[in-house]
Amino acid sequence: MSPVVEPIIAPENLPPRVNYLNAGYGIRSWLLTKDHKRIALLYLASITFFFFIGGAAAVLFRLELLTPQSDLLQAETYNKLFTIHGLIMVFFFLIPSIPAVLGNFLVPMMIGARDLAFPRINLLSWYIFIIGGMFTLTAIILGGVDTGWTFYTPYSTTYANTYVIITAAGVFITGFSSILTGLNFIVTIHKMRAPGMTWMRLPLFIWAQYATSLINLLGTPVLAISIFLIAIERAFRLGIFDPALGGDPVLFQHLFWFYSHPAVYIMILPAMGVISEVITCFSRKRIFGYSFIAVSSLAIAVLGFFVWGHHMFVSSQSIYAGLIFSFLSMFVAIPSAVKVFNWTATLYKGSIIYQTPLLYALGFIGLFTIGGLTGIFVATLAIDVHVHDTYFIIAHFHYIMVGGALMGYLGGLHFWWPKITGRLYPEGWARLSALIIFVGFNLTFFPQFILGYLGMPRRYAAYPDEFQVLNVMSSAGASILGIGYLIPMIYFIWSMRYGPLAGPNPWNAKGLEWTTPSPPTTENFEHKPHITEEAYAYEVKEEKVVG
Amino acid sequence: MSDKSTAALAHQFDDPEQQLEASTLGMWAFLATEILFFGGMFAAYAVYRLAYPQAFAAASNHLDILLGTVNTAVLIASSLTMVLAVYSAQFAGRRAQVTFLLATLLLGTIFLSIKGVEYAHKFHEHLVPGAGFRFDGADPRHAAIFFSLYFAMTGLHALHMVIGAGLLIALTVMSWRGRFSAVYYTPVEMVALYWHFVDVIWIFLFPLLYLIGRH
Repeated sequence: MSPVVEPIIAPENLPPRVNYLNAGYGIRSWLLTKDHKRIALLYLASITFFFFIGGAAAVLFRLELLTPQSDLLQAETYNKLFTIHGLIMVFFFLIPSIPAVLGNFLVPMMIGARDLAFPRINLLSWYIFIIGGMFTLTAIILGGVDTGWTFYTPYSTTYANTYVIITAAGVFITGFSSILTGLNFIVTIHKMRAPGMTWMRLPLFIWAQYATSLINLLGTPVLAISIFLIAIERAFRLGIFDPALGGDPVLFQHLFWFYSHPAVYIMILPAMGVISEVITCFSRKRIFGYSFIAVSSLAIAVLGFFVWGHHMFVSSQSIYAGLIFSFLSMFVAIPSAVKVFNWTATLYKGSIIYQTPLLYALGFIGLFTIGGLTGIFVATLAIDVHVHDTYFIIAHFHYIMVGGALMGYLGGLHFWWPKITGRLYPEGWARLSALIIFVGFNLTFFPQFILGYLGMPRRYAAYPDEFQVLNVMSSAGASILGIGYLIPMIYFIWSMRYGPLAGPNPWNAKGLEWTTPSPPTTENFEHKPHITEEAYAYEVKEEKVVG
Repeated sequence: MSDKSTAALAHQFDDPEQQLEASTLGMWAFLATEILFFGGMFAAYAVYRLAYPQAFAAASNHLDILLGTVNTAVLIASSLTMVLAVYSAQFAGRRAQVTFLLATLLLGTIFLSIKGVEYAHKFHEHLVPGAGFRFDGADPRHAAIFFSLYFAMTGLHALHMVIGAGLLIALTVMSWRGRFSAVYYTPVEMVALYWHFVDVIWIFLFPLLYLIGRH
């Protein structure tokens, strides 16, 4: 066959003959699977598809914004495109990204369980996700929706001439997929931990998933009911939010942001969990302040429910409510800063190895810090009145959602890719693309801080001439960013077949998932693991996890 | 017997006890979600009732208090038969289980039928918000909000009843096949939790919607 001499592979690096990937063949074995690892891969494929749809919308409106006039796109089309971008990226990519892909794969493995508590509900949640996605895609194909991802009333219930109800149905349905995933994780983490896996020995990724699941469980139903009320007001003219029917549009904003602000923490908390795992592994050092990081995840989840009013400083909310919400919003900075300081303290005097996942983690720390600090700007009443609904807000939340959540997702995907597929990705390409993404991201979004501060409003296809230079920079950055996302897409697919075999633990990482072969078997563990030590015991030499 | 209990044990659990605990926690977590789901509407109700108390009281007087009261009694009775069904699943035979499950189902159906009659009355009285809405009180615009909330809240509650009825039918079939015993009765208990929850929602809806205009 091949004239090249095959490298000799150490037998312990060979994947198990029967693993979760080849335990069954054929489309049925995937579409009817109850294995949490296979469901994770179903989610991975689906959200990647949605990511590229949301990205394509961004490509189009960034092209439009190259010139000050509205020339490539009409204003209506532009409105539809930023709505699609927001809806798809929030509900169909970022919210499911880390929980449904990495969380599904890792939660049972990290706590020493054979599967999640409810495997059938887990599969059901994927189908619900797909059905919700179909509704949203149908609305896009029929002609789109132009309300913005926030569905503000009375525009959405009375005036918009686009497919609001179908889109709302899509978002409503998809919400139940995250509720069910959150419910599954909470029960699994409570009831399925292996003997010896106490709460204070849980990996910090699990703590982050737990906090996220709490928000999913308690926040998402409120979004569902607000979307439901919008749909019935639009369909049957039942007056609830439309002032013409006696309703109060600001009530909708309260209900919407009661979920949608915590939703930001649904996106960022899991990424913080990933960063905790990656930093400690590649510093070869125990995490600094384990319990503080664990509790800060819960603190962010709880505080996140008390700050929604900072989205409504200029929506006729009372000034006293504004003051209180402003004050409470500042508090979120405390647990966030606890995490950042603990990560940097972990790096301090660590034996740092600059593998790709760590590059993403370092990028995360920097970008999240910028996003978080500008969050304090916009939580300040007086500044928010100036920058509200400008590109400053766009830049701020993209630093959190893309610079934070997406970098965390990509870092985590690289970190656990060898476990998921049994093969390594090409390190050189991966480092290069991490760098491209970092540069492209900053070039895209940093100019938007300046644009917003100078007063450029969001959601317009046209803008004054003097903003063109910064907009061209931003569009140029977006195209670099796009290339940065395509490269991993290509080498991940390549590595599934041609990547070198990874072996059970290519990073010498701690954690139960690394004690299994790569890819793992369907049952995850040969014997029920018994845990005898804390998480991240990196300084202890060569101890064994008793199998 | 032991055969049956191991057959009902899913592979991810170590023992039936862990399975029961997981299901129970899962159901309670689901009910927490449901509370917030209805909570959004209760919040809307609170906001508008505080803003327009007279309109709400006047509109509430148009609801049929007799049918509402009968329905409350029917629903509470159904919770009793549901509890008895859980008890029989553990300690009694197939016949008792099926009887109590069907009794619950029957009471649930009576509730939904009465609700349907009420909706029909409202439709004939032009109290359904929309183009045909007529209200001869002082503040028809805000009375319309009351009726919007009335239909949204009771409609969503009725939808939960319909789902509960479907679950009861499934339980009846399982019970007829002799699936439940003192060792394994988790599905009956879980559906019972759900049924009681839907009942409790009504216990809140009834005074908030039917009784506020009467002193």
